[in-house]
Amino acid sequence: MKVVVISSFLLCLSVLIWKSETSSINYLEQSQLTESIKRGQIVYNNFCMRCHLPDGSGVAGVYPPIANSNWLSEKRTESIKAVKYGLKGEIEVNAKVYNNMMSPMGLSDQEVVDVMNYIMNNFENKQKKPVTLSEVQDIKK
Amino acid sequence: MKLFLSFCFAFSLLACAQEDTSITVIENDYEYEVITDQVNMPWGFDFFDDGRIIITDKSGEVYLYDDENTTKLSGFPEVYNRGQGGLLDVKIHPDYPKNPWIYFTYASIEGKAKGGHTAFARAQLTGSQLIDFEVLYKASPNTTKGVHFGSRIEFDHQGYVYISIGERGERDVNPQDISRDGGKIYRFHADGRIPNDNPFVNEDNAKKAIYSYGHRNPQGMEIHPKTGKIWVHEHGPRGGDEINIIKKAANYGWPVVTYGINYSGTTITDETQKPGMTQPIHYWVPSIAPSGMTFVDSNKYPHLNQNLLVGSLKFMYLEHLVLADNQVVKREKILDKIGRVRSVEQSPDGFIYVGVEGVGLVKILPKS
Repeated sequence: MKVVVISSFLLCLSVLIWKSETSSINYLEQSQLTESIKRGQIVYNNFCMRCHLPDGSGVAGVYPPIANSNWLSEKRTESIKAVKYGLKGEIEVNAKVYNNMMSPMGLSDQEVVDVMNYIMNNFENKQKKPVTLSEVQDIKK
Repeated sequence: MKLFLSFCFAFSLLACAQEDTSITVIENDYEYEVITDQVNMPWGFDFFDDGRIIITDKSGEVYLYDDENTTKLSGFPEVYNRGQGGLLDVKIHPDYPKNPWIYFTYASIEGKAKGGHTAFARAQLTGSQLIDFEVLYKASPNTTKGVHFGSRIEFDHQGYVYISIGERGERDVNPQDISRDGGKIYRFHADGRIPNDNPFVNEDNAKKAIYSYGHRNPQGMEIHPKTGKIWVHEHGPRGGDEINIIKKAANYGWPVVTYGINYSGTTITDETQKPGMTQPIHYWVPSIAPSGMTFVDSNKYPHLNQNLLVGSLKFMYLEHLVLADNQVVKREKILDKIGRVRSVEQSPDGFIYVGVEGVGLVKILPKS
Protein backbone atom coordinates (compact mmCIF):
# COMPACT_ATOMS: atom_id res chain seq x y z
CA MET A 1 0.00 0.00 0.00
CA LYS A 2 2.75 2.39 1.02
CA VAL A 3 4.50 1.69 -2.26
CA VAL A 4 1.32 2.48 -4.15
CA VAL A 5 0.83 5.74 -2.26
CA ILE A 6 4.42 6.78 -2.73
CA SER A 7 4.53 5.81 -6.37
CA SER A 8 1.22 7.57 -7.10
CA PHE A 9 2.61 10.62 -5.33
CA LEU A 10 5.76 10.43 -7.43
CA LEU A 11 3.66 9.89 -10.50
CA CYS A 12 1.56 12.99 -9.76
CA LEU A 13 4.67 14.94 -8.94
CA SER A 14 6.42 13.90 -12.12
CA VAL A 15 3.34 14.69 -14.15
CA LEU A 16 3.16 18.13 -12.48
CA ILE A 17 6.80 18.86 -13.14
CA TRP A 18 6.50 17.56 -16.61
CA LYS A 19 3.38 19.67 -17.19
CA SER A 20 5.03 22.83 -16.02
CA GLU A 21 7.84 22.20 -18.46
CA THR A 22 5.72 21.60 -21.51
CA SER A 23 3.32 24.39 -22.14
CA SER A 24 2.72 23.11 -25.66
CA ILE A 25 0.78 20.12 -24.40
CA ASN A 26 -2.79 20.98 -23.71
CA TYR A 27 -4.99 19.78 -20.94
CA LEU A 28 -6.73 17.14 -23.05
CA GLU A 29 -3.47 15.52 -24.08
CA GLN A 30 -2.36 15.68 -20.49
CA SER A 31 -5.35 13.79 -19.16
CA GLN A 32 -5.08 11.28 -22.00
CA LEU A 33 -1.48 10.64 -21.02
CA THR A 34 -2.46 10.17 -17.37
CA GLU A 35 -5.07 7.61 -18.41
CA SER A 36 -2.59 5.89 -20.73
CA ILE A 37 -0.03 5.64 -17.92
CA LYS A 38 -2.66 4.18 -15.62
CA ARG A 39 -3.55 1.46 -18.14
CA GLY A 40 0.13 0.95 -18.85
CA GLN A 41 0.79 0.05 -15.23
CA ILE A 42 -1.63 -2.88 -15.55
CA VAL A 43 0.14 -4.04 -18.71
CA TYR A 44 3.52 -3.69 -16.99
CA ASN A 45 2.46 -5.74 -13.98
CA ASN A 46 1.01 -8.43 -16.19
CA PHE A 47 3.67 -8.75 -18.90
CA CYS A 48 6.94 -7.13 -17.80
CA MET A 49 7.22 -7.16 -14.03
CA ARG A 50 8.26 -10.80 -13.59
CA CYS A 51 11.57 -10.19 -15.32
CA HIS A 52 12.13 -6.44 -15.04
CA LEU A 53 10.81 -6.44 -11.44
CA PRO A 54 8.30 -4.09 -9.79
CA ASP A 55 10.85 -1.29 -9.44
CA GLY A 56 12.16 -1.71 -12.99
CA SER A 57 15.63 -2.61 -11.76
CA GLY A 58 15.89 -5.85 -13.77
CA VAL A 59 18.45 -8.54 -12.98
CA ALA A 60 22.09 -7.64 -13.54
CA GLY A 61 23.48 -9.44 -16.57
CA VAL A 62 20.16 -11.17 -17.31
CA TYR A 63 17.24 -8.74 -17.70
CA PRO A 64 18.21 -5.13 -18.44
CA PRO A 65 16.92 -2.38 -16.16
CA ILE A 66 14.05 -0.18 -17.22
CA ALA A 67 14.66 2.14 -14.28
CA ASN A 68 16.78 5.14 -15.16
CA SER A 69 17.63 3.40 -18.43
CA ASN A 70 19.75 5.14 -21.04
CA TRP A 71 18.52 2.67 -23.65
CA LEU A 72 14.96 3.79 -23.05
CA SER A 73 15.79 7.49 -23.12
CA GLU A 74 18.17 7.34 -26.08
CA LYS A 75 16.53 4.68 -28.23
CA ARG A 76 12.87 5.57 -28.38
CA THR A 77 12.06 3.77 -31.65
CA GLU A 78 14.03 0.65 -30.73
CA SER A 79 12.30 0.58 -27.34
CA ILE A 80 8.84 0.71 -28.90
CA LYS A 81 9.90 -1.89 -31.44
CA ALA A 82 11.14 -4.20 -28.69
CA VAL A 83 7.87 -3.98 -26.80
CA LYS A 84 5.89 -4.50 -30.01
CA TYR A 85 7.89 -7.29 -31.65
CA GLY A 86 10.30 -8.62 -29.02
CA LEU A 87 14.05 -8.28 -28.90
CA LYS A 88 16.96 -10.62 -29.51
CA GLY A 89 20.72 -10.22 -29.27
CA GLU A 90 23.23 -7.97 -27.65
CA ILE A 91 22.32 -4.55 -26.27
CA GLU A 92 24.10 -2.23 -23.89
CA VAL A 93 22.09 -0.65 -21.09
CA ASN A 94 23.63 1.68 -18.52
CA ALA A 95 27.10 0.54 -19.59
CA LYS A 96 26.32 -3.18 -19.09
CA VAL A 97 26.01 -5.68 -21.93
CA TYR A 98 22.91 -7.90 -22.14
CA ASN A 99 22.60 -10.77 -24.59
CA ASN A 100 19.21 -12.36 -24.14
CA MET A 101 15.91 -12.75 -25.87
CA MET A 102 12.55 -11.19 -25.10
CA SER A 103 9.77 -12.95 -26.93
CA PRO A 104 7.05 -10.92 -28.63
CA MET A 105 4.39 -10.22 -26.01
CA GLY A 106 1.39 -10.15 -28.35
CA LEU A 107 0.21 -6.76 -27.06
CA SER A 108 -2.27 -4.62 -28.97
CA ASP A 109 -0.82 -1.37 -30.34
CA GLN A 110 -2.76 0.56 -27.70
CA GLU A 111 -1.24 -1.62 -24.97
CA VAL A 112 2.22 -0.88 -26.39
CA VAL A 113 1.40 2.86 -26.22
CA ASP A 114 0.21 2.56 -22.64
CA VAL A 115 3.08 0.49 -21.28
CA MET A 116 5.61 2.74 -23.04
CA ASN A 117 4.03 5.82 -21.47
CA TYR A 118 4.05 4.07 -18.12
CA ILE A 119 7.70 3.09 -18.17
CA MET A 120 8.79 6.40 -19.71
CA ASN A 121 7.19 8.29 -16.85
CA ASN A 122 8.16 5.99 -14.02
CA PHE A 123 11.25 4.41 -12.54
CA GLU A 124 13.17 7.69 -12.69
CA ASN A 125 12.53 8.00 -16.42
CA LYS A 126 11.17 11.31 -17.66
CA GLN A 127 10.10 11.46 -21.26
CA LYS A 128 8.52 14.71 -22.36
CA LYS A 129 6.89 13.48 -25.54
CA PRO A 130 4.09 10.95 -24.98
CA VAL A 131 4.01 7.86 -27.18
CA THR A 132 0.99 7.92 -29.50
CA LEU A 133 -0.98 5.24 -31.24
CA SER A 134 0.03 6.38 -34.71
CA GLU A 135 3.68 6.35 -33.65
CA VAL A 136 3.39 2.71 -32.57
CA GLN A 137 1.39 1.77 -35.67
CA ASP A 138 4.09 3.26 -37.90
CA ILE A 139 6.86 1.16 -36.42
CA LYS A 140 7.32 -1.96 -38.51
CA LYS A 141 9.43 -5.05 -37.91
CA MET B 1 20.69 -29.24 8.81
CA LYS B 2 17.12 -28.01 8.76
CA LEU B 3 18.06 -25.03 10.88
CA PHE B 4 20.93 -24.31 8.57
CA LEU B 5 18.66 -24.51 5.55
CA SER B 6 16.11 -22.17 7.07
CA PHE B 7 18.92 -19.81 7.93
CA CYS B 8 20.15 -19.94 4.35
CA PHE B 9 16.61 -19.40 3.17
CA ALA B 10 16.07 -16.38 5.39
CA PHE B 11 19.45 -15.01 4.43
CA SER B 12 18.84 -15.45 0.75
CA LEU B 13 15.55 -13.60 1.09
CA LEU B 14 17.40 -10.74 2.72
CA ALA B 15 19.94 -10.80 -0.07
CA CYS B 16 17.12 -10.08 -2.51
CA ALA B 17 17.13 -13.71 -3.58
CA GLN B 18 19.08 -13.14 -6.77
CA GLU B 19 22.45 -14.70 -6.07
CA ASP B 20 22.42 -18.48 -6.43
CA THR B 21 25.18 -19.83 -4.23
CA SER B 22 24.18 -23.48 -3.94
CA ILE B 23 24.97 -24.46 -7.52
CA THR B 24 28.31 -25.26 -9.12
CA VAL B 25 29.36 -24.95 -12.73
CA ILE B 26 30.41 -28.22 -14.35
CA GLU B 27 34.11 -28.58 -15.03
CA ASN B 28 34.77 -29.18 -18.69
CA ASP B 29 31.25 -28.36 -19.96
CA TYR B 30 29.52 -30.50 -22.60
CA GLU B 31 29.75 -29.50 -26.23
CA TYR B 32 26.66 -29.37 -28.36
CA GLU B 33 25.60 -29.39 -31.96
CA VAL B 34 22.80 -27.20 -33.33
CA ILE B 35 20.36 -29.62 -34.99
CA THR B 36 18.09 -26.91 -36.41
CA ASP B 37 18.09 -23.16 -35.99
CA GLN B 38 14.84 -22.70 -37.88
CA VAL B 39 12.74 -22.96 -34.73
CA ASN B 40 13.12 -19.72 -32.82
CA MET B 41 11.12 -20.66 -29.70
CA PRO B 42 11.31 -24.46 -29.40
CA TRP B 43 8.67 -24.83 -26.69
CA GLY B 44 8.30 -28.60 -26.86
CA PHE B 45 9.46 -31.52 -28.99
CA ASP B 46 9.18 -35.28 -29.22
CA PHE B 47 10.74 -38.11 -31.20
CA PHE B 48 9.32 -40.58 -33.68
CA ASP B 49 10.95 -44.00 -33.59
CA ASP B 50 12.42 -43.43 -37.05
CA GLY B 51 14.44 -40.49 -35.74
CA ARG B 52 12.25 -37.63 -36.94
CA ILE B 53 11.51 -34.91 -34.39
CA ILE B 54 8.30 -32.89 -34.10
CA ILE B 55 8.87 -29.43 -32.62
CA THR B 56 6.44 -26.73 -31.49
CA ASP B 57 7.28 -23.03 -31.76
CA LYS B 58 5.51 -20.67 -29.37
CA SER B 59 4.42 -18.51 -32.32
CA GLY B 60 2.04 -21.28 -33.40
CA GLU B 61 4.12 -23.15 -35.97
CA VAL B 62 4.73 -26.90 -35.81
CA TYR B 63 7.93 -28.22 -37.39
CA LEU B 64 9.15 -31.64 -38.46
CA TYR B 65 12.88 -32.32 -38.46
CA ASP B 66 13.95 -35.31 -40.52
CA ASP B 67 17.76 -35.37 -40.46
CA GLU B 68 18.13 -33.01 -43.40
CA ASN B 69 15.22 -30.64 -43.49
CA THR B 70 13.09 -28.74 -41.03
CA THR B 71 9.61 -28.55 -42.53
CA LYS B 72 6.72 -26.40 -41.38
CA LEU B 73 3.56 -28.46 -40.89
CA SER B 74 0.15 -27.18 -41.91
CA GLY B 75 -3.16 -27.79 -40.19
CA PHE B 76 -2.63 -26.38 -36.71
CA PRO B 77 -5.25 -23.75 -35.77
CA GLU B 78 -4.36 -20.24 -34.73
CA VAL B 79 -3.03 -19.95 -31.19
CA TYR B 80 -3.44 -17.12 -28.66
CA ASN B 81 0.11 -15.82 -28.82
CA ARG B 82 0.17 -13.37 -25.94
CA GLY B 83 2.58 -13.01 -23.04
CA GLN B 84 3.51 -16.52 -21.95
CA GLY B 85 0.73 -18.03 -24.09
CA GLY B 86 1.08 -19.55 -27.53
CA LEU B 87 1.72 -23.03 -28.88
CA LEU B 88 3.08 -25.00 -25.94
CA ASP B 89 3.93 -28.71 -25.63
CA VAL B 90 3.78 -31.67 -28.01
CA LYS B 91 3.77 -35.40 -27.22
CA ILE B 92 3.57 -38.41 -29.52
CA HIS B 93 1.49 -41.31 -28.20
CA PRO B 94 3.92 -43.88 -26.70
CA ASP B 95 2.45 -46.62 -28.93
CA TYR B 96 2.88 -44.64 -32.14
CA PRO B 97 2.25 -45.58 -34.94
CA LYS B 98 -0.12 -48.28 -33.64
CA ASN B 99 -1.86 -45.39 -31.90
CA PRO B 100 -1.46 -42.61 -34.50
CA TRP B 101 -2.27 -39.55 -32.35
CA ILE B 102 0.00 -36.62 -31.55
CA TYR B 103 -0.98 -34.43 -28.59
CA PHE B 104 -0.62 -30.68 -28.13
CA THR B 105 -1.27 -28.02 -25.52
CA TYR B 106 -1.67 -24.39 -26.54
CA ALA B 107 -3.29 -21.12 -25.55
CA SER B 108 -6.65 -20.85 -27.26
CA ILE B 109 -9.37 -18.19 -27.61
CA GLU B 110 -12.11 -20.81 -27.88
CA GLY B 111 -15.02 -19.95 -25.57
CA LYS B 112 -17.25 -17.02 -24.77
CA ALA B 113 -15.05 -14.70 -22.73
CA LYS B 114 -12.41 -12.41 -24.21
CA GLY B 115 -8.82 -13.60 -23.93
CA GLY B 116 -7.52 -17.14 -23.83
CA HIS B 117 -6.85 -20.22 -21.74
CA THR B 118 -4.99 -23.48 -22.20
CA ALA B 119 -6.37 -26.14 -24.54
CA PHE B 120 -5.42 -29.80 -25.01
CA ALA B 121 -5.83 -31.33 -28.47
CA ARG B 122 -4.65 -34.13 -30.71
CA ALA B 123 -4.08 -34.58 -34.42
CA GLN B 124 -2.51 -37.03 -36.87
CA LEU B 125 0.41 -36.46 -39.18
CA THR B 126 0.31 -37.25 -42.84
CA GLY B 127 3.11 -35.94 -45.03
CA SER B 128 3.62 -32.39 -43.84
CA GLN B 129 0.01 -31.96 -42.76
CA LEU B 130 -1.70 -32.29 -39.41
CA ILE B 131 -5.16 -33.72 -39.94
CA ASP B 132 -8.18 -34.74 -37.86
CA PHE B 133 -7.42 -32.02 -35.33
CA GLU B 134 -9.56 -32.58 -32.26
CA VAL B 135 -9.81 -30.48 -29.08
CA LEU B 136 -9.95 -32.80 -26.06
CA TYR B 137 -10.14 -30.18 -23.30
CA LYS B 138 -10.34 -26.41 -23.10
CA ALA B 139 -9.88 -24.64 -19.76
CA SER B 140 -12.15 -21.72 -18.98
CA PRO B 141 -12.92 -18.90 -18.44
CA ASN B 142 -10.66 -17.02 -20.83
CA THR B 143 -8.73 -14.04 -19.56
CA THR B 144 -6.55 -11.44 -21.29
CA LYS B 145 -3.88 -11.89 -18.63
CA GLY B 146 -0.59 -12.90 -20.20
CA VAL B 147 0.72 -15.32 -17.60
CA HIS B 148 0.65 -18.92 -16.35
CA PHE B 149 -0.77 -21.12 -19.08
CA GLY B 150 1.52 -24.08 -18.15
CA SER B 151 1.85 -26.52 -19.91
CA ARG B 152 3.34 -29.97 -20.38
CA ILE B 153 1.97 -33.33 -21.51
CA GLU B 154 3.07 -36.78 -20.28
CA PHE B 155 1.85 -40.38 -20.51
CA ASP B 156 2.18 -42.92 -17.71
CA HIS B 157 2.72 -46.66 -18.11
CA GLN B 158 -1.00 -47.37 -17.76
CA GLY B 159 -1.83 -45.28 -20.82
CA TYR B 160 -3.26 -42.27 -19.02
CA VAL B 161 -2.21 -38.85 -20.25
CA TYR B 162 -1.49 -35.95 -17.89
CA ILE B 163 -1.39 -32.25 -18.69
CA SER B 164 -0.58 -29.21 -16.58
CA ILE B 165 -2.38 -25.86 -16.70
CA GLY B 166 -1.14 -22.79 -14.81
CA GLU B 167 -3.34 -20.55 -12.67
CA ARG B 168 -3.59 -17.76 -15.26
CA GLY B 169 -2.56 -14.98 -12.90
CA GLU B 170 -5.47 -15.65 -10.50
CA ARG B 171 -3.68 -17.16 -7.56
CA ASP B 172 -6.36 -16.31 -5.01
CA VAL B 173 -9.16 -17.69 -7.15
CA ASN B 174 -8.03 -20.73 -9.13
CA PRO B 175 -5.42 -23.07 -7.62
CA GLN B 176 -7.26 -24.06 -4.43
CA ASP B 177 -10.71 -24.32 -6.05
CA ILE B 178 -11.39 -27.64 -7.79
CA SER B 179 -14.51 -26.21 -9.43
CA ARG B 180 -12.25 -23.90 -11.45
CA ASP B 181 -9.62 -24.52 -14.12
CA GLY B 182 -5.99 -23.49 -13.67
CA GLY B 183 -3.29 -24.37 -11.18
CA LYS B 184 -3.99 -28.07 -11.72
CA ILE B 185 -2.63 -31.33 -13.13
CA TYR B 186 -5.29 -33.08 -15.22
CA ARG B 187 -5.59 -36.76 -16.17
CA PHE B 188 -7.34 -38.23 -19.20
CA HIS B 189 -7.64 -41.42 -21.20
CA ALA B 190 -5.72 -41.16 -24.45
CA ASP B 191 -8.95 -40.39 -26.33
CA GLY B 192 -9.75 -37.47 -24.03
CA ARG B 193 -12.36 -39.22 -21.88
CA ILE B 194 -12.14 -38.53 -18.17
CA PRO B 195 -11.22 -41.68 -16.22
CA ASN B 196 -13.98 -42.69 -13.82
CA ASP B 197 -11.42 -43.15 -11.05
CA ASN B 198 -10.18 -39.60 -11.26
CA PRO B 199 -10.23 -38.25 -7.70
CA PHE B 200 -13.00 -35.65 -7.98
CA VAL B 201 -15.44 -37.30 -10.40
CA ASN B 202 -18.08 -37.59 -7.69
CA GLU B 203 -17.71 -34.07 -6.30
CA ASP B 204 -20.42 -31.61 -7.27
CA ASN B 205 -19.21 -28.77 -9.47
CA ALA B 206 -15.66 -30.14 -9.62
CA LYS B 207 -13.76 -30.12 -12.89
CA LYS B 208 -13.67 -33.89 -13.21
CA ALA B 209 -10.41 -34.02 -15.16
CA ILE B 210 -8.43 -32.65 -12.20
CA TYR B 211 -5.88 -35.06 -10.74
CA SER B 212 -4.01 -32.74 -8.34
CA TYR B 213 -4.26 -29.04 -7.44
CA GLY B 214 -2.62 -26.12 -5.65
CA HIS B 215 -0.09 -25.59 -8.48
CA ARG B 216 1.17 -22.27 -9.81
CA ASN B 217 2.65 -22.60 -13.29
CA PRO B 218 4.01 -26.07 -14.15
CA GLN B 219 6.18 -26.14 -17.27
CA GLY B 220 7.99 -29.42 -16.71
CA MET B 221 6.53 -32.92 -16.46
CA GLU B 222 8.21 -36.28 -16.89
CA ILE B 223 7.63 -39.89 -15.94
CA HIS B 224 10.35 -41.42 -13.77
CA PRO B 225 11.96 -44.18 -15.84
CA LYS B 226 12.14 -46.62 -12.90
CA THR B 227 9.22 -45.83 -10.58
CA GLY B 228 6.74 -44.73 -13.25
CA LYS B 229 5.71 -41.76 -11.10
CA ILE B 230 4.89 -38.42 -12.70
CA TRP B 231 7.30 -35.67 -11.70
CA VAL B 232 6.35 -32.02 -12.22
CA HIS B 233 8.17 -28.78 -11.65
CA GLU B 234 6.59 -25.37 -11.45
CA HIS B 235 7.56 -21.72 -11.41
CA GLY B 236 7.34 -20.06 -8.03
CA PRO B 237 6.99 -16.30 -7.70
CA ARG B 238 10.23 -14.71 -6.45
CA GLY B 239 11.83 -17.86 -5.06
CA GLY B 240 9.89 -21.03 -4.50
CA ASP B 241 10.07 -22.91 -7.79
CA GLU B 242 9.28 -26.52 -6.89
CA ILE B 243 9.68 -30.14 -7.96
CA ASN B 244 6.74 -32.32 -6.94
CA ILE B 245 5.93 -36.00 -7.40
CA ILE B 246 2.29 -36.10 -8.39
CA LYS B 247 -0.15 -37.99 -6.21
CA LYS B 248 -3.83 -38.42 -6.87
CA ALA B 249 -6.01 -35.71 -5.21
CA ALA B 250 -2.99 -34.08 -3.57
CA ASN B 251 -2.94 -30.35 -2.82
CA TYR B 252 0.48 -28.80 -3.48
CA GLY B 253 -0.39 -25.70 -1.52
CA TRP B 254 -0.13 -22.67 -3.79
CA PRO B 255 -0.67 -19.92 -2.65
CA VAL B 256 -1.46 -20.98 0.92
CA VAL B 257 2.06 -22.29 1.46
CA THR B 258 5.12 -21.33 -0.58
CA TYR B 259 8.87 -20.86 -0.29
CA GLY B 260 8.59 -17.74 -2.43
CA ILE B 261 7.67 -14.11 -1.92
CA ASN B 262 5.99 -11.49 -4.09
CA TYR B 263 8.03 -9.94 -6.89
CA SER B 264 7.86 -6.68 -4.94
CA GLY B 265 9.58 -8.36 -1.97
CA THR B 266 6.49 -8.44 0.23
CA THR B 267 5.30 -11.63 1.89
CA ILE B 268 2.65 -13.92 0.38
CA THR B 269 2.35 -16.09 3.48
CA ASP B 270 4.55 -16.99 6.43
CA GLU B 271 3.66 -20.65 5.99
CA THR B 272 5.85 -23.05 4.07
CA GLN B 273 3.94 -26.14 5.15
CA LYS B 274 0.55 -27.15 6.42
CA PRO B 275 -1.21 -30.43 7.15
CA GLY B 276 -2.99 -31.69 4.06
CA MET B 277 -0.61 -29.90 1.72
CA THR B 278 2.12 -31.89 0.03
CA GLN B 279 5.70 -30.66 0.37
CA PRO B 280 7.88 -30.39 -2.72
CA ILE B 281 10.83 -32.78 -2.93
CA HIS B 282 12.94 -29.78 -3.93
CA TYR B 283 12.50 -26.03 -4.08
CA TRP B 284 14.65 -23.30 -5.62
CA VAL B 285 15.50 -20.01 -3.93
CA PRO B 286 16.26 -17.93 -5.91
CA SER B 287 13.99 -18.96 -8.75
CA ILE B 288 15.70 -20.34 -11.82
CA ALA B 289 12.45 -20.11 -13.89
CA PRO B 290 12.36 -23.83 -14.72
CA SER B 291 11.07 -25.04 -18.08
CA GLY B 292 11.38 -28.50 -19.55
CA MET B 293 12.55 -31.58 -17.70
CA THR B 294 13.91 -35.02 -18.43
CA PHE B 295 15.39 -37.93 -16.57
CA VAL B 296 18.61 -39.21 -18.05
CA ASP B 297 18.38 -42.96 -18.56
CA SER B 298 21.25 -43.43 -20.96
CA ASN B 299 24.78 -44.78 -20.77
CA LYS B 300 25.91 -42.14 -23.27
CA TYR B 301 26.33 -39.63 -20.45
CA PRO B 302 27.70 -41.49 -17.40
CA HIS B 303 28.01 -38.22 -15.44
CA LEU B 304 24.30 -37.45 -15.90
CA ASN B 305 22.84 -40.95 -15.89
CA GLN B 306 19.82 -41.54 -13.60
CA ASN B 307 19.69 -37.86 -12.73
CA LEU B 308 17.34 -35.05 -13.66
CA LEU B 309 17.84 -32.22 -16.15
CA VAL B 310 15.82 -28.99 -15.92
CA GLY B 311 16.06 -25.91 -18.15
CA SER B 312 16.58 -22.48 -16.62
CA LEU B 313 14.97 -19.67 -18.57
CA LYS B 314 16.24 -17.02 -16.22
CA PHE B 315 19.90 -17.96 -15.83
CA MET B 316 20.25 -19.49 -19.29
CA TYR B 317 21.71 -22.89 -18.51
CA LEU B 318 20.62 -26.50 -18.17
CA GLU B 319 20.49 -27.64 -14.56
CA HIS B 320 21.80 -31.10 -13.66
CA LEU B 321 20.16 -32.28 -10.44
CA VAL B 322 21.89 -35.26 -8.88
CA LEU B 323 19.30 -37.51 -7.26
CA ALA B 324 19.52 -39.96 -4.38
CA ASP B 325 16.35 -41.58 -3.04
CA ASN B 326 14.12 -39.02 -4.72
CA GLN B 327 16.05 -36.14 -3.16
CA VAL B 328 18.23 -33.55 -4.85
CA VAL B 329 21.72 -33.90 -3.39
CA LYS B 330 23.68 -31.72 -5.79
CA ARG B 331 23.00 -29.05 -8.42
CA GLU B 332 25.25 -28.28 -11.34
CA LYS B 333 25.10 -25.92 -14.33
CA ILE B 334 25.71 -27.42 -17.74
CA LEU B 335 25.57 -25.66 -21.12
CA ASP B 336 26.22 -22.52 -19.10
CA LYS B 337 25.06 -19.28 -20.79
CA ILE B 338 23.64 -21.10 -23.81
CA GLY B 339 20.42 -19.06 -23.74
CA ARG B 340 16.93 -19.40 -22.32
CA VAL B 341 16.47 -23.18 -22.02
CA ARG B 342 12.83 -23.95 -22.79
CA SER B 343 12.71 -27.71 -23.27
CA VAL B 344 14.83 -30.84 -22.79
CA GLU B 345 14.19 -34.47 -23.79
CA GLN B 346 16.06 -37.74 -24.19
CA SER B 347 15.73 -39.41 -27.60
CA PRO B 348 14.87 -43.12 -27.93
CA ASP B 349 18.53 -43.81 -28.82
CA GLY B 350 19.75 -42.11 -25.64
CA PHE B 351 20.85 -38.63 -26.73
CA ILE B 352 19.86 -35.47 -24.90
CA TYR B 353 18.30 -32.68 -26.96
CA VAL B 354 17.68 -29.18 -25.67
CA GLY B 355 15.38 -26.45 -27.02
CA VAL B 356 16.91 -23.00 -26.53
CA GLU B 357 15.08 -19.75 -27.29
CA GLY B 358 16.76 -17.83 -30.09
CA VAL B 359 19.18 -20.72 -30.77
CA GLY B 360 17.02 -23.65 -31.86
CA LEU B 361 17.21 -27.34 -31.07
CA VAL B 362 20.61 -28.60 -29.95
CA LYS B 363 22.03 -32.05 -29.18
CA ILE B 364 24.41 -32.53 -26.24
CA LEU B 365 27.49 -34.39 -27.44
CA PRO B 366 28.66 -37.20 -25.17
CA LYS B 367 32.24 -36.88 -23.95
CA SER B 368 34.53 -39.30 -25.70
